[in-house]
Formats: sequence, structure tokens, C-alpha cells
Amino acid sequence: MENRLRVLRAERSWSQQDLAERIEVSRQSVNAIETGKYDPSLPLAFRIAELFDLPIEEIFVSPSRRSSKAI
Amino acid sequence: MARNAARRRLTRSVLALVTSYVVILTAVAVFFRQGGHVGALAYAVAVLPALPIVGMVLVFSRYLAEESDEYLRMKFNRQVLIATGLMLTVATIWGFLERFGLVSHVDASWAGFLWVFGFGVGRVVNRLKFGEDGCC
Repeated sequence: MENRLRVLRAERSWSQQDLAERIEVSRQSVNAIETGKYDPSLPLAFRIAELFDLPIEEIFVSPSRRSSKAI
Repeated sequence: MARNAARRRLTRSVLALVTSYVVILTAVAVFFRQGGHVGALAYAVAVLPALPIVGMVLVFSRYLAEESDEYLRMKFNRQVLIATGLMLTVATIWGFLERFGLVSHVDASWAGFLWVFGFGVGRVVNRLKFGEDGCC
């Protein structure tokens, strides 16, 4: 799933490890989410959204919305 | 973090089980080489090498219960599925080939070894799919 995690992290000058520690997952998890290789569960997505104080949809791009835009 | 503790515990347990498997298998082979063993003792001793493999299943189950990182848990689950699928596929195909006299007999005790090998295959598959962080 496309997302703005890398941008949000960069804006705060956080490394992947910094973010991983803040949301209590491994650095590998952060990397996999950022690169779109892994879609986080809803609880983890909420943790990320709460950390950045943003709604989930401002961090993660809905796949259905993205495909409808492409059409 | 609990995640690291779970992984460390898994590594320690797997190393201990692999070591005990080699030691027990060697000791049991020596025991039966002497010959003349029958009855309940023979059955009990013959089953001993299977215990570390059974232990491996239990250790993997415990790790999945303890691992709090959902991404690592998902990758580990994939490895278990790949290992189990590989073992069942090979054992079933070989079983029918053997049943119709096309291949020689292979001891069922190899299934455990094959499962552990499949776990390594699962790790490679994960690495190919998820890149540098593909390890379990």
C-alpha cells in the first residue's frame, strides 16, 4: 500500500530505527511498510497515525481510491 | 524489547535442540548397534531422537505466541507454511511412488529433517520477496 511514511519520518529527521522504537516494531517492519511490501494491521496503522497526529487516510493511500483515480 | 527477547529465546532453543538431536541420534545408533535390544526399552530409546524435532514444533509455536512484531510473525508463518507444504508434498509423492514399487523405501523419520530443510527454503523465499530483511 502506498503511504507517506518516509516523508513524514524525514520531516522529523527520524531514522527508520527511531520510528520503529516509537511504534514498538522492528526496523524491518518500518522498512517493509515504507516500501509498500507489507500492509500494517489496523491497530498498527492507528498507532502510526496517532504518533504523527494525523488521520490514517492522510498517511496511507486507499488502494480502491488510487485505482479509481487511475481509471 | 520483548520482540528481541522472543527472537533470542528462539535462537537459543533451536541451537539447543539441534545439538541434542545430533547427540541423541548418535547415542541411540550406538545403542542399537550393540544389538539384542527388544521390548519396551527398545521402543523408548528408538523414540528419543524424535523428541528434539517435536521440541522444534513447540519452540516455533511458542515464538509465534511471543513475537509482538506482526511483520516478523507474518514472515515466520510463511516459513512454517512453506516448510510444511514442502514436507507434505515430497512425502505424499514419494509415498505413492514407493507404494507402486517405483522407488525404494525411505524411513519416515526423514520427514522431520525435510521439514527443517523446508524452513531454510522458506527463509530464501522470504528473502526473495521482501529483500534484504527477508530473514525469518
